[in-house]
Amino acid sequence: MTLQARDLAWETGGQPIVKGVTLRVPEGRFLGLVGPNGSGKSSLLRLLAGLRRGQGGAVLLDNRPLSTISRREVACRLALVEQQTATEVALTAREVVALGRTPHRGAWETWSAADHAAVAAALKRTGMTDRADQLWSTLSGGERQRVQIARALAQMPRELLLDEPTNHLDIRHQLDLLKLLRGLGTSCIAALHDLNHAVAFCDEIAVIKEGALVAQGRPVDVITADLIRSVFEIAATVSQDPSTGRLRVDFLPD
Amino acid sequence: MTLHAGVAPRPFHRLGLPAFGLIALVALLVAAAGAVSIGEVAVPPAEVVKVLGNRLFGMDLAVDPIREGIVWHYRLSRAAVAASAGAGLAVCGTVLQALLRNPLAEPYLLGISAGASTGAVLVMVLGIGAGAVTLSGGAFLGAGLAFVFVAALARGSGGGTERIILAGIAGSQLFNAATSFIVTTSANAEQTRGIMFWLLGSLGGARWPDIGLALPMLAIGLLVALYRARALDAFAFGEDAAASLGIETARVRMELFGVTALLTAGIVSLVGAVGFVGLVVPHATRFLVGPSHGRLIPAAALAGGVFMVAADVLSRIVVPGQVLPIGVVTALFGAPAFAFILWRSRRRA
Repeated sequence: MTLQARDLAWETGGQPIVKGVTLRVPEGRFLGLVGPNGSGKSSLLRLLAGLRRGQGGAVLLDNRPLSTISRREVACRLALVEQQTATEVALTAREVVALGRTPHRGAWETWSAADHAAVAAALKRTGMTDRADQLWSTLSGGERQRVQIARALAQMPRELLLDEPTNHLDIRHQLDLLKLLRGLGTSCIAALHDLNHAVAFCDEIAVIKEGALVAQGRPVDVITADLIRSVFEIAATVSQDPSTGRLRVDFLPD
Repeated sequence: MTLHAGVAPRPFHRLGLPAFGLIALVALLVAAAGAVSIGEVAVPPAEVVKVLGNRLFGMDLAVDPIREGIVWHYRLSRAAVAASAGAGLAVCGTVLQALLRNPLAEPYLLGISAGASTGAVLVMVLGIGAGAVTLSGGAFLGAGLAFVFVAALARGSGGGTERIILAGIAGSQLFNAATSFIVTTSANAEQTRGIMFWLLGSLGGARWPDIGLALPMLAIGLLVALYRARALDAFAFGEDAAASLGIETARVRMELFGVTALLTAGIVSLVGAVGFVGLVVPHATRFLVGPSHGRLIPAAALAGGVFMVAADVLSRIVVPGQVLPIGVVTALFGAPAFAFILWRSRRRA
C-alpha cells in the first residue's frame, strides 16, 4: 500500500467537495473510482496527485505526507492523465510523450538513451508507434487519450491516476484502453462512469457519493442493487454469470 | 529515424539549431552591414571594414575621421543596441506565450512596456538621479505594476486567454495615458518631444554605454529562460499538467514573470516601447525550429536581433531624409501578423 488518503478533506469557495475520505490504493492493482457526476472523483484524483492541497487529513506516499515531497520526486513515480487535454502548441505525438521524461531530467541534462528507450516503450505499449511523428492536432480523440497515457507511462510511474480515461471514446477503444490499463502492472486509479466496465476490469472499486467514500472492495462485494439505488438513485439488478463468475449490472427503467 | 544521440526527438521537417543559428548569424551580419553603411552619409563597405580594423584590432588604416566616428559611435552602437533589444523582446514574447498559453502574449500587447514607460518617465521628470540605472529601475517598477494590474484584471474578469489580452489593452491605454499626462504637464519642451520615444520607441539615442546595460540583462534573461526551457515545454497542456510533470509552477511563473519584467524594463529604458517584436519573432521562429524551448529560445533571440536591426535599416530608408520611429516599422509587420494569428486561432476554435 504505497498511496493512500487518510481522512482527506478539501473545500473550495466555502463548499466542501471531499469529505474525510480514507482510501487505500492496492499495489499493482486496478482501482476504479465510481460515483455520480459532481461526487468529487476528479477532486479526489487531483488531491491524490498532489495538485491540490487538502485542508484536512493527508495523502501518504510510502507513508510520507505528499505535501513534504518535492513535486519533481512525486512526478518521477506518480503520473496523472487528466480528462480534458488541449494544446495550441504544434507538438508531435512523440514530443508529447517525451514530456513525460521532464521530471527525470535535470535542467541542463541532454536527451539520454534511457529517455529515448522510455518514450519508445511507452509508444509501443499504447500502440502509438506508427503515429509518433504525427502532429497532436491531427490525432483523433482516442489517439490523443493513448498519447496522454503513453506520456504518463514515460514518467515510469508506480501509481497511475486517470480521470475518466474512456470519455469520448467509442466502445472498442474503451475496451482496448481498459485492457491496456489492466495489463500495465502499475497501480491504477481511474475514475470511471460505466459500472459494467468497472466491475469487468477493476480489481477493486471505491464508491464516492457527495465527497465521501461509501464503500471500497472487490466488485462482487461492493456493487449491489442496494448500493446502486442509494448512490445513483436508480433501480438496477446485479447478476453473476455462474460459469465465468462475471458480474453484470442491468439498469431498470423506473 | 531522425534521432541523434543527445538530442530530443525532432521531426525531420524542422530546422536544427546549428543550421538555424548559422543562417541567423549570416543574416545578422548582413543586416548589421546594412545598418552601418546606409544612412544620410553613405559609407562604403570597404571603409566600414577599415573602421572595424582600427577599432577592434588596433590597426592604423587611413579612414576619414568623420565617417569613422559615424560608423563607430553612432551606427554600430545603434545596431548593437537594436540587436540586444530585439533579442530580449523575442525572448520575453516566447516565455510569455508559453506561460500564459496565449499566442498573442508579448510585453507590448500585455501593457508591460507601457508600464515600464510610465515608470521611466516618472523617474525622469521627478529627477531622481538621471543615470540609465535609475531610469531602468523606474521602468522595472512600472513594468511590475503593469504586470500585477493586468494579471488582477484578467483574473477578476474570469481569466481565460482572451481576457488577458483585453486586460493588456486596458493596461496599455491606462499607462500610455499616464505617460502622456506626465510628459505634457512636465512643461519641458525637450521632454515633451520625448513622448514619441516612450510610446513608439527610438534608437536615436543608442550609444556604446547602453550596451553595458543591455547585454548583462539579455544574458540574465537568456540564462533563466534556458534554465526553465523544460518547464516551459511542460506548460503546453496547462498549469496542472505542468505541475503533474514535476514543475513547481507557482515558483517558475514568478521567476519568469520577474525576468520578463526586468528585461522589458531594461529595453524600454534604452529604446522606448517597441511593439510586436515579441509577437512576430517567436511565431516565425517556432515555425522554423519547432516548439521545443531548448531550441526555440536561443533561436528566437537570434532572430529577434536580426529583425530589429533590419527594421532599423528600414526605418531610415523608407522616407528619404527622415527616420521613422522604430516602433512604427515593427508595427507595420506586427499588426498584420497579429491579425493572421487571430484569424488562424479562430479557425481552430
